[in-house]
Amino acid sequence: MRLARVVGLAIASPKAAELEGVRFAVVQPLGAGLEDRGRPLVAVDTVGAGEGQTVFTVAAGPGRAARGMADRPVDLAVIGIVDEALMEDR
Amino acid sequence: MIIGRVIGRAVSTRKDEKLLGTKLLLVEEVNPQGAGSGDMAVVADHLGAGPGDVVLVAQGSAARFTAQTKEQPVDALVVGIVDTIRVNGRSAFTSAGGFAPNDKGARP
Repeated sequence: MRLARVVGLAIASPKAAELEGVRFAVVQPLGAGLEDRGRPLVAVDTVGAGEGQTVFTVAAGPGRAARGMADRPVDLAVIGIVDEALMEDR
Repeated sequence: MIIGRVIGRAVSTRKDEKLLGTKLLLVEEVNPQGAGSGDMAVVADHLGAGPGDVVLVAQGSAARFTAQTKEQPVDALVVGIVDTIRVNGRSAFTSAGGFAPNDKGARP
């Protein structure tokens, strides 16, 4: 799983039939300093995360176990909202 | 999924027979502000996306989880044609108006 911040949402009307009713969140992956790292990605949101919230995401494969991801053409899903990330001092 | 812009189409007469009749698009990855990454992929499309469209692309084994692609040798698939993207509370993209100008400017 990876930590990310929800920065927005995407709406796509023409979409694969298997994706009817899903919410697409735009997420910015976070690095070891909780800084933005890499390009924003689009994930299926299974937990109702809001913009600005820190979340964790799961990739396809193992992520097939996630609600909203099974039997769908989805390679990334938001599966949890992080209340607090406790980091060791470095 | 990544956000991509359709920049072309690959025409292939001689190919795996399971791909007969499947449109293959050339898609450049972009960020939500519309700046291209320079990376391009050949992406299967069953939704009818065309040049200039902004699309959501599922990668890897996920590409095979549709009725049309479950038997196809594909690792990238258009799963949505984007109407709108909102980032930080503002409209970043609409299919009618394209990408919004942003403070940072387009990144190379």
